Amino acid sequence: MYVSKLETPWSPQPLPKNPQKPTYILGIESTADDFSVGITTLNGKILANIISAYMPPTGGIHPREAARHHAEVAGETIHQALKKADTNPNQIQAIAFSQGPGLGPCLRTGATAARALAAYLKIPLIGVNHSVAHIEIAKLITGAADPVTLYVSGGNTIISAYEDGYYRIFGETLDIAIGNCLDVFARQAGLTQSPNNPFGAIIEQLASRGKTLIPLPFTIKGMDLSFSGLLTATVEALQSRKHRLEDICFSLQETAFSMLTEVTERALAHTEKPEVLVTGGVAANKRLQTMLKTIADEHNAHFSAVPKQYALDNGAMIAWTGALAYKHGITTPIERSEVKLKWRLDQVHVPWINRE
Amino acid sequence: MLIKKGAEANLHLEEWQGRKVIMKRRMPKAYRLLQLDSDIRTHRTLHEPMLIHRAKEAGVPTPTIYMVDLAESNIIMQYIEGKQVKQILNTLPLSEKARICRSIGTSIGLLHKHGIIHGDLTTSNMILTSQGKIHFVDFGLSEHSEELEARGVDLHLMKRALQSTHHKSAKQCFEAILAGYTESVGKETAAEVLKKIQEIERRGRYIEER
Repeated sequence: MYVSKLETPWSPQPLPKNPQKPTYILGIESTADDFSVGITTLNGKILANIISAYMPPTGGIHPREAARHHAEVAGETIHQALKKADTNPNQIQAIAFSQGPGLGPCLRTGATAARALAAYLKIPLIGVNHSVAHIEIAKLITGAADPVTLYVSGGNTIISAYEDGYYRIFGETLDIAIGNCLDVFARQAGLTQSPNNPFGAIIEQLASRGKTLIPLPFTIKGMDLSFSGLLTATVEALQSRKHRLEDICFSLQETAFSMLTEVTERALAHTEKPEVLVTGGVAANKRLQTMLKTIADEHNAHFSAVPKQYALDNGAMIAWTGALAYKHGITTPIERSEVKLKWRLDQVHVPWINRE
Repeated sequence: MLIKKGAEANLHLEEWQGRKVIMKRRMPKAYRLLQLDSDIRTHRTLHEPMLIHRAKEAGVPTPTIYMVDLAESNIIMQYIEGKQVKQILNTLPLSEKARICRSIGTSIGLLHKHGIIHGDLTTSNMILTSQGKIHFVDFGLSEHSEELEARGVDLHLMKRALQSTHHKSAKQCFEAILAGYTESVGKETAAEVLKKIQEIERRGRYIEER
Protein backbone atom coordinates (compact mmCIF):
# COMPACT_ATOMS: atom_id res chain seq x y z
CA MET A 1 0.00 0.00 0.00
CA TYR A 2 3.01 2.28 0.26
CA VAL A 3 4.37 1.23 -3.08
CA SER A 4 2.96 4.25 -4.84
CA LYS A 5 5.19 6.41 -2.69
CA LEU A 6 8.32 4.69 -3.87
CA GLU A 7 10.21 6.99 -6.17
CA THR A 8 12.81 5.61 -8.52
CA PRO A 9 14.74 8.70 -9.55
CA TRP A 10 16.10 7.18 -12.75
CA SER A 11 12.86 5.64 -13.96
CA PRO A 12 12.00 8.19 -16.66
CA GLN A 13 15.24 7.59 -18.54
CA PRO A 14 15.56 4.46 -20.68
CA LEU A 15 18.53 2.23 -19.89
CA PRO A 16 21.70 2.98 -21.88
CA LYS A 17 22.34 0.70 -24.86
CA ASN A 18 25.75 -0.88 -24.20
CA PRO A 19 25.93 -1.14 -20.46
CA GLN A 20 29.22 -1.81 -18.68
CA LYS A 21 29.71 -5.28 -17.25
CA PRO A 22 27.73 -5.36 -14.00
CA THR A 23 29.80 -6.24 -10.95
CA TYR A 24 27.98 -4.87 -7.92
CA ILE A 25 25.35 -6.12 -5.50
CA LEU A 26 22.85 -3.66 -4.06
CA GLY A 27 21.38 -4.61 -0.68
CA ILE A 28 18.22 -3.29 0.95
CA GLU A 29 17.74 -3.59 4.71
CA SER A 30 14.37 -2.84 6.29
CA THR A 31 13.69 -5.34 9.09
CA ALA A 32 12.90 -2.82 11.83
CA ASP A 33 13.45 0.89 12.43
CA ASP A 34 16.18 1.54 9.84
CA PHE A 35 15.90 1.68 6.09
CA SER A 36 19.31 1.23 4.57
CA VAL A 37 20.87 0.64 1.18
CA GLY A 38 24.38 -0.72 0.67
CA ILE A 39 26.43 -1.50 -2.40
CA THR A 40 29.35 -3.94 -2.38
CA THR A 41 31.48 -5.72 -4.95
CA LEU A 42 31.44 -9.50 -5.19
CA ASN A 43 34.72 -9.49 -3.29
CA GLY A 44 33.42 -7.55 -0.35
CA LYS A 45 34.51 -4.01 -1.07
CA ILE A 46 31.91 -1.73 0.47
CA LEU A 47 31.13 1.15 -1.86
CA ALA A 48 28.10 2.63 -0.13
CA ASN A 49 26.13 2.18 3.07
CA ILE A 50 23.39 4.77 3.48
CA ILE A 51 21.19 4.46 6.58
CA SER A 52 17.95 6.32 7.12
CA ALA A 53 16.89 5.82 10.73
CA TYR A 54 13.32 6.05 11.90
CA MET A 55 13.25 7.16 15.49
CA PRO A 56 9.87 7.90 17.00
CA PRO A 57 9.91 10.87 19.40
CA THR A 58 8.26 8.77 22.11
CA GLY A 59 7.49 5.10 22.63
CA GLY A 60 8.75 2.08 20.72
CA ILE A 61 8.67 1.23 17.03
CA HIS A 62 5.22 1.16 15.55
CA PRO A 63 5.69 -1.29 12.66
CA ARG A 64 3.30 0.53 10.34
CA GLU A 65 4.75 3.96 11.09
CA ALA A 66 8.25 2.62 10.48
CA ALA A 67 7.09 1.06 7.21
CA ARG A 68 5.62 4.41 6.17
CA HIS A 69 9.00 6.02 6.87
CA HIS A 70 10.76 3.34 4.83
CA ALA A 71 8.45 3.85 1.86
CA GLU A 72 9.00 7.59 2.00
CA VAL A 73 12.80 7.40 2.05
CA ALA A 74 13.31 4.31 -0.15
CA GLY A 75 13.77 6.11 -3.47
CA GLU A 76 16.04 8.78 -2.07
CA THR A 77 18.17 6.28 -0.10
CA ILE A 78 18.70 4.07 -3.16
CA HIS A 79 19.58 7.16 -5.18
CA GLN A 80 22.08 8.33 -2.56
CA ALA A 81 23.71 4.90 -2.35
CA LEU A 82 24.23 4.80 -6.14
CA LYS A 83 25.66 8.31 -6.02
CA LYS A 84 27.97 7.47 -3.12
CA ALA A 85 29.19 4.31 -4.92
CA ASP A 86 29.66 6.46 -8.02
CA THR A 87 27.81 3.94 -10.12
CA ASN A 88 24.62 3.59 -12.13
CA PRO A 89 21.92 0.92 -12.02
CA ASN A 90 23.39 -0.89 -15.02
CA GLN A 91 26.38 -1.95 -13.00
CA ILE A 92 24.26 -3.72 -10.42
CA GLN A 93 24.34 -7.46 -10.88
CA ALA A 94 21.65 -8.46 -8.40
CA ILE A 95 19.38 -6.95 -5.74
CA ALA A 96 19.66 -8.43 -2.26
CA PHE A 97 17.07 -7.66 0.40
CA SER A 98 16.45 -8.66 3.99
CA GLN A 99 13.74 -11.28 3.74
CA GLY A 100 13.48 -11.86 7.51
CA PRO A 101 13.29 -12.11 10.45
CA GLY A 102 11.69 -8.82 11.36
CA LEU A 103 8.56 -6.71 11.51
CA GLY A 104 6.08 -7.57 8.75
CA PRO A 105 5.19 -4.12 7.38
CA CYS A 106 8.85 -3.01 7.44
CA LEU A 107 10.10 -6.16 5.70
CA ARG A 108 7.38 -5.93 3.05
CA THR A 109 8.29 -2.34 2.16
CA GLY A 110 11.92 -3.29 1.55
CA ALA A 111 10.93 -6.42 -0.37
CA THR A 112 8.60 -4.40 -2.59
CA ALA A 113 11.35 -1.90 -3.39
CA ALA A 114 13.74 -4.79 -4.12
CA ARG A 115 11.30 -6.60 -6.40
CA ALA A 116 10.54 -3.39 -8.30
CA LEU A 117 14.23 -2.65 -8.81
CA ALA A 118 15.08 -6.20 -9.86
CA ALA A 119 12.17 -6.35 -12.30
CA TYR A 120 13.00 -2.98 -13.80
CA LEU A 121 16.68 -3.79 -14.21
CA LYS A 122 15.91 -7.37 -15.25
CA ILE A 123 18.41 -8.75 -12.73
CA PRO A 124 18.09 -11.48 -10.08
CA LEU A 125 16.71 -11.03 -6.59
CA ILE A 126 18.41 -12.53 -3.52
CA GLY A 127 16.53 -12.95 -0.25
CA VAL A 128 18.97 -12.60 2.64
CA ASN A 129 18.56 -13.67 6.26
CA HIS A 130 19.11 -10.63 8.49
CA SER A 131 20.87 -12.63 11.24
CA VAL A 132 23.25 -14.30 8.79
CA ALA A 133 24.01 -10.83 7.38
CA HIS A 134 24.99 -9.47 10.82
CA ILE A 135 27.47 -12.34 11.18
CA GLU A 136 28.85 -12.11 7.63
CA ILE A 137 29.49 -8.35 7.70
CA ALA A 138 31.25 -8.69 11.06
CA LYS A 139 33.42 -11.50 9.68
CA LEU A 140 34.22 -9.48 6.55
CA ILE A 141 35.30 -6.41 8.47
CA THR A 142 37.11 -8.02 11.41
CA GLY A 143 38.64 -10.88 9.44
CA ALA A 144 37.20 -13.50 11.81
CA ALA A 145 36.96 -16.84 10.02
CA ASP A 146 35.34 -19.40 12.30
CA PRO A 147 34.09 -17.68 15.46
CA VAL A 148 31.60 -18.28 18.20
CA THR A 149 29.35 -15.30 17.48
CA LEU A 150 27.28 -13.36 19.99
CA TYR A 151 24.64 -11.46 18.03
CA VAL A 152 22.95 -8.90 20.23
CA SER A 153 20.42 -6.32 19.08
CA GLY A 154 16.96 -4.90 19.69
CA GLY A 155 15.28 -7.95 18.20
CA ASN A 156 17.78 -10.78 18.62
CA THR A 157 20.09 -12.41 21.15
CA ILE A 158 21.80 -15.44 19.61
CA ILE A 159 25.00 -17.38 20.34
CA SER A 160 25.99 -19.37 17.29
CA ALA A 161 28.85 -21.10 15.52
CA TYR A 162 29.23 -22.66 12.11
CA GLU A 163 29.06 -26.41 11.73
CA ASP A 164 28.40 -28.54 8.65
CA GLY A 165 26.65 -26.10 6.31
CA TYR A 166 24.71 -24.09 8.87
CA TYR A 167 25.18 -21.56 11.65
CA ARG A 168 24.11 -23.66 14.62
CA ILE A 169 22.36 -21.88 17.46
CA PHE A 170 23.90 -22.81 20.82
CA GLY A 171 22.00 -20.31 22.89
CA GLU A 172 19.37 -17.62 22.49
CA THR A 173 16.90 -15.63 24.48
CA LEU A 174 13.81 -17.44 25.67
CA ASP A 175 11.82 -14.21 25.76
CA ILE A 176 12.91 -10.65 24.94
CA ALA A 177 16.15 -9.55 23.27
CA ILE A 178 18.83 -7.77 25.31
CA GLY A 179 18.49 -4.59 23.21
CA ASN A 180 14.77 -4.60 23.77
CA CYS A 181 15.33 -5.03 27.53
CA LEU A 182 17.64 -1.98 27.60
CA ASP A 183 15.32 0.14 25.42
CA VAL A 184 12.18 -0.60 27.41
CA PHE A 185 14.00 0.20 30.65
CA ALA A 186 15.32 3.48 29.18
CA ARG A 187 11.80 4.54 28.20
CA GLN A 188 10.52 3.66 31.67
CA ALA A 189 13.28 5.83 33.12
CA GLY A 190 12.10 8.71 30.97
CA LEU A 191 15.30 8.92 28.95
CA THR A 192 15.18 10.27 25.40
CA GLN A 193 17.36 9.07 22.56
CA SER A 194 18.56 10.60 19.33
CA PRO A 195 20.18 9.03 16.24
CA ASN A 196 23.64 9.96 17.57
CA ASN A 197 22.91 8.93 21.11
CA PRO A 198 20.69 5.83 21.24
CA PHE A 199 19.34 4.36 24.48
CA GLY A 200 22.12 1.79 24.67
CA ALA A 201 24.78 4.50 24.65
CA ILE A 202 22.91 6.60 27.23
CA ILE A 203 22.63 3.61 29.59
CA GLU A 204 26.33 2.88 29.07
CA GLN A 205 27.25 6.46 30.02
CA LEU A 206 25.03 6.39 33.12
CA ALA A 207 26.34 2.93 34.12
CA SER A 208 29.92 4.17 33.97
CA ARG A 209 29.06 6.44 36.92
CA GLY A 210 27.35 3.66 38.89
CA LYS A 211 28.96 2.22 42.03
CA THR A 212 26.51 0.05 43.92
CA LEU A 213 25.33 -3.30 42.64
CA ILE A 214 21.61 -3.90 43.21
CA PRO A 215 20.78 -7.64 43.28
CA LEU A 216 18.83 -8.51 40.12
CA PRO A 217 17.71 -11.87 38.70
CA PHE A 218 20.45 -13.73 36.86
CA THR A 219 18.66 -16.20 34.58
CA ILE A 220 20.52 -18.72 32.48
CA LYS A 221 18.98 -21.98 31.30
CA GLY A 222 21.70 -24.11 29.80
CA MET A 223 23.00 -21.81 27.09
CA ASP A 224 19.72 -19.93 26.81
CA LEU A 225 18.91 -16.70 28.56
CA SER A 226 15.88 -14.88 29.88
CA PHE A 227 15.70 -11.10 30.21
CA SER A 228 12.04 -10.51 31.00
CA GLY A 229 12.42 -11.14 34.75
CA LEU A 230 15.50 -8.93 34.81
CA LEU A 231 13.59 -6.14 33.06
CA THR A 232 10.70 -6.36 35.52
CA ALA A 233 13.04 -6.29 38.54
CA THR A 234 15.01 -3.36 37.11
CA VAL A 235 11.86 -1.34 36.48
CA GLU A 236 10.75 -2.15 40.04
CA ALA A 237 14.08 -0.89 41.37
CA LEU A 238 13.50 2.30 39.41
CA GLN A 239 9.97 2.77 40.72
CA SER A 240 11.01 2.13 44.32
CA ARG A 241 12.93 5.44 44.16
CA LYS A 242 15.50 3.95 46.53
CA HIS A 243 18.39 3.93 44.07
CA ARG A 244 20.34 6.33 41.88
CA LEU A 245 19.61 5.90 38.17
CA GLU A 246 23.36 5.46 37.62
CA ASP A 247 23.41 2.50 40.01
CA ILE A 248 20.38 0.90 38.35
CA CYS A 249 21.94 1.21 34.88
CA PHE A 250 25.20 -0.15 36.28
CA SER A 251 23.46 -3.14 37.89
CA LEU A 252 21.36 -3.84 34.80
CA GLN A 253 24.42 -3.82 32.54
CA GLU A 254 26.60 -5.86 34.88
CA THR A 255 23.93 -8.52 35.36
CA ALA A 256 22.76 -8.75 31.73
CA PHE A 257 26.27 -8.69 30.27
CA SER A 258 27.56 -11.27 32.78
CA MET A 259 24.75 -13.54 31.60
CA LEU A 260 25.68 -13.00 27.94
CA THR A 261 29.36 -13.54 28.66
CA GLU A 262 28.79 -16.72 30.65
CA VAL A 263 26.69 -18.22 27.86
CA THR A 264 29.24 -17.20 25.23
CA GLU A 265 31.97 -18.82 27.30
CA ARG A 266 29.89 -22.00 27.55
CA ALA A 267 29.54 -22.09 23.75
CA LEU A 268 33.25 -21.41 23.42
CA ALA A 269 34.19 -24.22 25.81
CA HIS A 270 31.73 -26.54 24.07
CA THR A 271 32.78 -25.85 20.46
CA GLU A 272 36.46 -25.08 21.12
CA LYS A 273 36.39 -22.49 18.32
CA PRO A 274 39.46 -20.23 17.96
CA GLU A 275 37.59 -16.92 17.82
CA VAL A 276 34.90 -14.90 19.58
CA LEU A 277 32.95 -12.29 17.62
CA VAL A 278 30.29 -9.84 18.77
CA THR A 279 27.88 -8.24 16.31
CA GLY A 280 24.57 -6.34 16.27
CA GLY A 281 23.59 -3.00 17.79
CA VAL A 282 24.50 -3.87 21.39
CA ALA A 283 28.01 -4.93 20.23
CA ALA A 284 29.01 -1.27 20.40
CA ASN A 285 28.94 -1.39 24.23
CA LYS A 286 32.49 -1.16 25.56
CA ARG A 287 31.75 -2.90 28.86
CA LEU A 288 30.31 -5.91 27.03
CA GLN A 289 33.34 -5.96 24.73
CA THR A 290 35.71 -5.94 27.71
CA MET A 291 33.92 -8.87 29.36
CA LEU A 292 33.94 -10.92 26.15
CA LYS A 293 37.60 -10.18 25.53
CA THR A 294 38.40 -11.49 29.02
CA ILE A 295 36.85 -14.90 28.34
CA ALA A 296 38.30 -15.08 24.84
CA ASP A 297 41.78 -14.52 26.29
CA GLU A 298 41.19 -17.19 28.92
CA HIS A 299 40.44 -19.74 26.20
CA ASN A 300 43.23 -18.54 23.91
CA ALA A 301 40.67 -17.36 21.39
CA HIS A 302 40.92 -14.19 19.37
CA PHE A 303 38.29 -11.56 20.15
CA SER A 304 36.82 -9.07 17.73
CA ALA A 305 33.86 -6.70 17.71
CA VAL A 306 32.13 -5.32 14.66
CA PRO A 307 32.81 -1.55 14.31
CA LYS A 308 29.95 0.74 15.25
CA GLN A 309 28.92 1.74 11.71
CA TYR A 310 28.26 -1.90 10.82
CA ALA A 311 26.90 -2.89 14.22
CA LEU A 312 23.47 -1.39 13.58
CA ASP A 313 21.17 -2.66 10.85
CA ASN A 314 22.70 -1.67 7.52
CA GLY A 315 22.36 -2.28 3.81
CA ALA A 316 26.01 -3.19 3.28
CA MET A 317 25.58 -6.39 5.29
CA ILE A 318 22.65 -7.41 3.08
CA ALA A 319 24.58 -6.59 -0.09
CA TRP A 320 27.64 -8.54 1.08
CA THR A 321 25.65 -11.60 2.18
CA GLY A 322 23.80 -11.34 -1.14
CA ALA A 323 27.17 -11.36 -2.90
CA LEU A 324 28.25 -14.50 -1.02
CA ALA A 325 25.01 -16.26 -1.96
CA TYR A 326 25.14 -15.03 -5.56
CA LYS A 327 28.66 -16.38 -6.03
CA HIS A 328 27.29 -19.77 -4.99
CA GLY A 329 24.46 -19.63 -7.48
CA ILE A 330 21.76 -18.74 -4.98
CA THR A 331 19.03 -16.36 -6.17
CA THR A 332 15.41 -16.01 -5.10
CA PRO A 333 12.68 -16.34 -7.72
CA ILE A 334 10.02 -13.68 -7.30
CA GLU A 335 7.36 -16.24 -6.35
CA ARG A 336 9.52 -17.29 -3.41
CA SER A 337 10.43 -13.79 -2.28
CA GLU A 338 7.69 -13.43 0.34
CA VAL A 339 9.00 -12.08 3.64
CA LYS A 340 9.62 -14.51 6.50
CA LEU A 341 8.90 -12.84 9.82
CA LYS A 342 10.37 -15.64 11.94
CA TRP A 343 13.12 -16.93 9.68
CA ARG A 344 15.66 -18.53 12.00
CA LEU A 345 19.41 -18.27 11.60
CA ASP A 346 19.83 -22.05 11.78
CA GLN A 347 17.42 -22.64 8.88
CA VAL A 348 19.71 -20.98 6.35
CA HIS A 349 22.08 -23.14 4.36
CA VAL A 350 25.39 -21.26 4.03
CA PRO A 351 27.32 -23.14 1.33
CA TRP A 352 29.89 -20.36 0.99
CA ILE A 353 31.59 -21.44 4.18
CA ASN A 354 33.91 -24.32 3.58
CA ARG A 355 35.79 -25.90 6.44
CA GLU A 356 35.91 -29.60 5.89
CA MET B 1 45.01 -32.99 37.54
CA LEU B 2 42.84 -30.62 35.52
CA ILE B 3 40.63 -32.74 33.26
CA LYS B 4 38.12 -30.20 32.04
CA LYS B 5 38.23 -26.45 31.87
CA GLY B 6 34.59 -25.51 31.59
CA ALA B 7 32.99 -22.12 31.26
CA GLU B 8 31.70 -22.13 34.76
CA ALA B 9 33.97 -24.46 36.71
CA ASN B 10 37.14 -26.49 36.39
CA LEU B 11 37.13 -30.20 37.03
CA HIS B 12 40.16 -31.83 38.65
CA LEU B 13 40.69 -35.55 39.00
CA GLU B 14 42.27 -36.12 42.45
CA GLU B 15 43.07 -38.76 45.04
CA TRP B 16 41.14 -38.06 48.22
CA GLN B 17 40.89 -40.38 51.25
CA GLY B 18 42.02 -43.24 49.05
CA ARG B 19 39.37 -42.60 46.45
CA LYS B 20 39.43 -41.23 42.94
CA VAL B 21 37.37 -38.07 43.13
CA ILE B 22 36.33 -35.11 41.07
CA MET B 23 37.05 -31.76 42.59
CA LYS B 24 34.80 -29.17 41.02
CA ARG B 25 36.22 -25.70 41.51
CA ARG B 26 34.23 -22.65 40.66
CA MET B 27 37.00 -20.21 39.91
CA PRO B 28 36.46 -16.46 40.24
CA LYS B 29 35.58 -14.97 36.88
CA ALA B 30 37.60 -11.88 36.11
CA TYR B 31 34.90 -10.41 33.82
CA ARG B 32 32.31 -10.27 36.61
CA LEU B 33 32.09 -7.72 39.39
CA LEU B 34 33.53 -9.14 42.59
CA GLN B 35 30.19 -9.09 44.40
CA LEU B 36 28.22 -10.65 41.56
CA ASP B 37 30.95 -13.24 41.10
CA SER B 38 30.91 -14.33 44.72
CA ASP B 39 27.08 -14.39 44.87
CA ILE B 40 26.87 -16.63 41.80
CA ARG B 41 29.62 -19.01 42.89
CA THR B 42 28.24 -19.38 46.42
CA HIS B 43 24.70 -19.91 45.20
CA ARG B 44 25.70 -22.61 42.75
CA THR B 45 28.10 -24.39 45.12
CA LEU B 46 25.34 -24.53 47.69
CA HIS B 47 22.56 -25.68 45.37
CA GLU B 48 24.39 -28.19 43.24
CA PRO B 49 25.11 -30.81 45.96
CA MET B 50 21.57 -30.58 47.30
CA LEU B 51 20.04 -31.17 43.89
CA ILE B 52 22.50 -33.94 42.98
CA HIS B 53 21.43 -35.71 46.14
CA ARG B 54 17.73 -35.18 45.43
CA ALA B 55 18.22 -36.54 41.90
CA LYS B 56 19.80 -39.68 43.32
CA GLU B 57 16.79 -40.10 45.64
CA ALA B 58 14.55 -39.78 42.58
CA GLY B 59 16.35 -42.76 41.04
CA VAL B 60 18.65 -40.99 38.61
CA PRO B 61 22.31 -42.07 38.74
CA THR B 62 24.44 -39.13 39.91
CA PRO B 63 27.85 -38.80 41.60
CA THR B 64 27.94 -39.12 45.37
CA ILE B 65 28.90 -35.88 47.13
CA TYR B 66 31.79 -36.25 49.61
CA MET B 67 32.51 -32.70 50.69
CA VAL B 68 31.49 -29.10 50.07
CA ASP B 69 33.73 -26.13 50.77
CA LEU B 70 31.55 -23.07 50.45
CA ALA B 71 34.29 -20.58 51.20
CA GLU B 72 36.41 -21.83 48.32
CA SER B 73 33.42 -22.79 46.11
CA ASN B 74 34.70 -26.36 45.89
CA ILE B 75 32.75 -29.60 45.68
CA ILE B 76 34.39 -33.00 46.06
CA MET B 77 32.39 -35.82 44.53
CA GLN B 78 32.61 -39.35 43.22
CA TYR B 79 34.50 -39.82 39.96
CA ILE B 80 32.21 -41.50 37.44
CA GLU B 81 34.29 -43.64 35.13
CA GLY B 82 32.86 -43.76 31.64
CA LYS B 83 32.39 -41.80 28.45
CA GLN B 84 30.62 -38.54 27.77
CA VAL B 85 27.47 -39.26 25.77
CA LYS B 86 28.45 -36.30 23.57
CA GLN B 87 31.57 -38.11 22.42
CA ILE B 88 30.05 -41.48 21.64
CA LEU B 89 26.49 -40.83 20.50
CA ASN B 90 27.33 -40.03 16.87
CA THR B 91 29.39 -43.21 16.53
CA LEU B 92 26.71 -45.63 17.71
CA PRO B 93 24.33 -47.71 15.57
CA LEU B 94 20.77 -46.43 15.46
CA SER B 95 19.32 -49.06 17.81
CA GLU B 96 21.93 -48.36 20.49
CA LYS B 97 21.37 -44.61 20.07
CA ALA B 98 17.66 -45.16 20.61
CA ARG B 99 18.29 -47.25 23.74
CA ILE B 100 20.55 -44.62 25.28
CA CYS B 101 18.23 -41.76 24.41
CA ARG B 102 15.24 -43.61 25.81
CA SER B 103 17.11 -44.14 29.04
CA ILE B 104 18.08 -40.43 29.13
CA GLY B 105 14.41 -39.60 28.66
CA THR B 106 13.38 -41.88 31.52
CA SER B 107 15.86 -40.13 33.82
CA ILE B 108 14.71 -36.64 32.80
CA GLY B 109 11.15 -37.78 33.48
CA LEU B 110 12.15 -39.00 36.96
CA LEU B 111 13.82 -35.67 37.73
CA HIS B 112 10.75 -33.70 36.65
CA LYS B 113 8.41 -36.02 38.50
CA HIS B 114 10.34 -35.18 41.67
CA GLY B 115 10.33 -31.44 41.04
CA ILE B 116 13.91 -31.19 39.84
CA ILE B 117 14.79 -29.12 36.79
CA HIS B 118 18.29 -29.93 35.56
CA GLY B 119 18.75 -26.60 33.81
CA ASP B 120 21.59 -27.66 31.51
CA LEU B 121 20.61 -30.86 29.75
CA THR B 122 23.27 -31.54 27.16
CA THR B 123 25.02 -34.73 26.15
CA SER B 124 28.22 -33.30 27.68
CA ASN B 125 26.58 -33.59 31.08
CA MET B 126 25.77 -37.29 30.79
CA ILE B 127 28.25 -40.10 31.33
CA LEU B 128 27.78 -43.63 30.07
CA THR B 129 29.47 -46.19 32.31
CA SER B 130 30.76 -49.59 31.28
CA GLN B 131 27.66 -51.11 32.92
CA GLY B 132 25.52 -49.19 30.43
CA LYS B 133 24.14 -46.80 33.05
CA ILE B 134 23.87 -43.09 32.29
CA HIS B 135 24.93 -40.76 35.08
CA PHE B 136 23.75 -37.15 35.08
CA VAL B 137 26.38 -34.67 36.21
CA ASP B 138 26.65 -30.88 36.51
CA PHE B 139 23.64 -29.63 38.40
CA GLY B 140 25.07 -26.11 38.65
CA LEU B 141 22.06 -24.52 36.97
CA SER B 142 19.47 -26.81 38.54
CA GLU B 143 16.47 -25.66 40.48
CA HIS B 144 13.43 -26.97 42.23
CA SER B 145 10.24 -26.39 40.26
CA GLU B 146 6.98 -28.13 39.53
CA GLU B 147 6.04 -25.69 36.80
CA LEU B 148 5.20 -26.79 33.29
CA GLU B 149 7.17 -23.85 31.89
CA ALA B 150 10.38 -24.97 33.63
CA ARG B 151 9.93 -28.56 32.44
CA GLY B 152 9.27 -27.36 28.91
CA VAL B 153 12.40 -25.21 28.86
CA ASP B 154 14.46 -28.09 30.28
CA LEU B 155 13.44 -30.45 27.46
CA HIS B 156 13.67 -27.69 24.87
CA LEU B 157 17.34 -27.28 25.89
CA MET B 158 17.88 -31.00 25.47
CA LYS B 159 16.38 -30.84 21.98
CA ARG B 160 18.52 -27.85 21.08
CA ALA B 161 21.67 -29.55 22.34
CA LEU B 162 20.90 -32.49 20.07
CA GLN B 163 20.29 -30.21 17.11
CA SER B 164 23.56 -28.35 17.53
CA THR B 165 25.83 -31.29 18.42
CA HIS B 166 24.13 -34.36 16.97
CA HIS B 167 22.23 -32.74 14.12
CA LYS B 168 22.23 -35.79 11.85
CA SER B 169 20.12 -37.88 14.21
CA ALA B 170 18.62 -35.17 16.41
CA LYS B 171 15.05 -35.97 15.46
CA GLN B 172 15.20 -39.71 16.20
CA CYS B 173 17.16 -39.09 19.40
CA PHE B 174 14.65 -36.58 20.71
CA GLU B 175 11.75 -38.89 19.85
CA ALA B 176 13.41 -41.67 21.85
CA ILE B 177 13.96 -39.27 24.74
CA LEU B 178 10.28 -38.33 24.68
CA ALA B 179 9.30 -42.00 24.69
CA GLY B 180 11.43 -42.57 27.80
CA TYR B 181 10.12 -39.38 29.37
CA THR B 182 6.53 -40.49 28.80
CA GLU B 183 7.31 -43.77 30.59
CA SER B 184 8.29 -41.83 33.72
CA VAL B 185 5.72 -39.05 33.86
CA GLY B 186 2.74 -40.64 32.09
CA LYS B 187 1.05 -39.82 28.81
CA GLU B 188 -1.00 -36.90 30.07
CA THR B 189 1.87 -34.91 31.58
CA ALA B 190 4.13 -35.72 28.65
CA ALA B 191 1.55 -34.33 26.22
CA GLU B 192 1.26 -31.14 28.26
CA VAL B 193 5.02 -30.68 28.36
CA LEU B 194 5.30 -31.32 24.63
CA LYS B 195 2.69 -28.63 23.98
CA LYS B 196 4.67 -26.27 26.18
CA ILE B 197 7.87 -26.97 24.25
CA GLN B 198 6.14 -25.99 21.03
CA GLU B 199 4.91 -22.78 22.65
CA ILE B 200 8.43 -21.96 23.89
CA GLU B 201 9.88 -22.52 20.44
CA ARG B 202 7.39 -20.18 18.81
CA ARG B 203 8.11 -17.55 21.45
CA GLY B 204 11.89 -17.52 21.24
CA ARG B 205 12.17 -16.76 17.56
CA TYR B 206 11.59 -13.12 17.10
CA ILE B 207 10.13 -10.78 19.62
CA GLU B 208 8.49 -7.70 18.19
CA GLU B 209 9.10 -4.42 19.96
CA ARG B 210 6.48 -3.68 22.53
